[in-house]
Amino acid sequence: MTETLPAAAETAPTGGAPLLQVRDLEAWYGESHVLHKLSFDVGQGEVVTLLGRNGAGKSTTLKAIMGIIGKRRGSVVYAGRETIAMPSRQIARLGIGYVPEERGIFATLNVEENLMLPPRVQPGGLTVEQVFELFPNLRERLGSSAGSKLSGGEQQMLSIGRILRTGAKTLLLDEPTEGLAPVIVQQIGATIERLKRDGFTIVLVEQNFRFASRVADRHFIVEQGRVVDMIPNAEMDASIDKIHAYLGV
Amino acid sequence: MLFDLLGVTPQALFSQLLLGLINGSFYAMLSLGLAIIFGLLNIINFTHGAQYMLGAFGSWMLLHYTGLNYWYALFLVPIAVGFTGVILERLLISRLYHLDHLYGLLLTFGLALIIQGLLRNEYGISGKPYAIPEQLRGGQNLGFMFLPNYRAWVIAVSIVVCFGTWYMIERTRLGAYLRAATENPTLVNAFGINVPLMITATYGFGVALAALAGVLAAPIYSVHPNMGADLIIVVFAVVVIGGMGSILGAILTGFGLGLVEGLTRVFYPEASAVVIFVIMAIVLLVKPAGLFGRTV
Repeated sequence: MTETLPAAAETAPTGGAPLLQVRDLEAWYGESHVLHKLSFDVGQGEVVTLLGRNGAGKSTTLKAIMGIIGKRRGSVVYAGRETIAMPSRQIARLGIGYVPEERGIFATLNVEENLMLPPRVQPGGLTVEQVFELFPNLRERLGSSAGSKLSGGEQQMLSIGRILRTGAKTLLLDEPTEGLAPVIVQQIGATIERLKRDGFTIVLVEQNFRFASRVADRHFIVEQGRVVDMIPNAEMDASIDKIHAYLGV
Repeated sequence: MLFDLLGVTPQALFSQLLLGLINGSFYAMLSLGLAIIFGLLNIINFTHGAQYMLGAFGSWMLLHYTGLNYWYALFLVPIAVGFTGVILERLLISRLYHLDHLYGLLLTFGLALIIQGLLRNEYGISGKPYAIPEQLRGGQNLGFMFLPNYRAWVIAVSIVVCFGTWYMIERTRLGAYLRAATENPTLVNAFGINVPLMITATYGFGVALAALAGVLAAPIYSVHPNMGADLIIVVFAVVVIGGMGSILGAILTGFGLGLVEGLTRVFYPEASAVVIFVIMAIVLLVKPAGLFGRTV
């Protein structure tokens, strides 16, 4: 697997500005105010993680970027376009792919239908064959019936694989390693490294900061709905005590 | 002879089974539309009976006012009534999705009363005659019974439409979108698919199915403003027995219960009006999600 995936290299240049710029983002679940003016930037081709305790607002940040939360305010600029007022289907069409924490595999669809479900949003998506190269397990499961019969790891691969088909060049991954066996975590990690090499821009929500430090360029610490710190990956080892304090481990 | 043992004539048995199959055709088409609408919209469409009636009345009006016959009605009326469904969904029903089921039920029930009331006011309650189209008059003598051509036609159309719809939903890409959106509309929207448009189209399609059933019914049952109200109560029982939101369940239960009703009319006519409701009560006790329903 040395060839390059035909993915992110040709994204329009953003004139030096970050590809994704989140400013003063606020979000609500019903009455409860979850994000409080959260801000961060992601550069083209960068992999960043959102680290923080449970309930800090990491998953909510991804949902708010994607526009699938009840109410949001502030500014989310992607590739130079303000998306805060857009419906989520339009945000997806800009080339942002979302892989939800619960994986979102449809029980009433078979594996192939799940894989083919998201429409192409941009040219240059992976072919089905390339998805199978990344995740050989999926090929064997193609004939099997319901998507919900897959193992957790296979569901995660299907959830990532179907997004790679769409041509989205920015990926929002919500805890892709949660609850998976170490060998599967290895495979997902290798996949993310590969995608990074191929120029994908990735925002990763992780609890496991050892996994995060393996793949990411920078880490944003989220606390009570705000970004309170940014740690470049190179300083990860030096900042280990600080991170422990933030995460309460 | 078997029939002597049972105490019925073969003619009586087969003609009641045929009648049951005819009723079953209407149950199946109507409960199929309800199941599709409930699946995606989470709305119990109480307007369904009125929309079926609009199908029958639309055929009568088309003939009465413009002279366009049955064959035109078969295509034009479902499209027109389906279009009113699209407007209804955009204008009113779409405002209720974030609320409890009960509001959708109240709205659609109210709409049914308004539609029926307006037509009753204009046309009275007496039935309007609608002749069987020339090409489908007469019948076949099958030896053991006489099969009227029009009834055979209704059963055939219903089977084709029901299984065509089933195929579209369960076996095509469009159907995969529909099933996915039924399961998790937020995520499907986040993939870039226009879910609100799908919802509107689905409601329009379900309503068009009801109207098509109405067009088919016009030459058999008398066309009057309350014809849907009488039928829809039974159809709701069919949907409950089959399992809310199950496509194949709605179709099979529709035909099956029509036949059960027919058999009851042969062997114990007194119970034929209530047999479906008795079955409903038993199914609810034994399998509350319905025969084909998924327990979530």
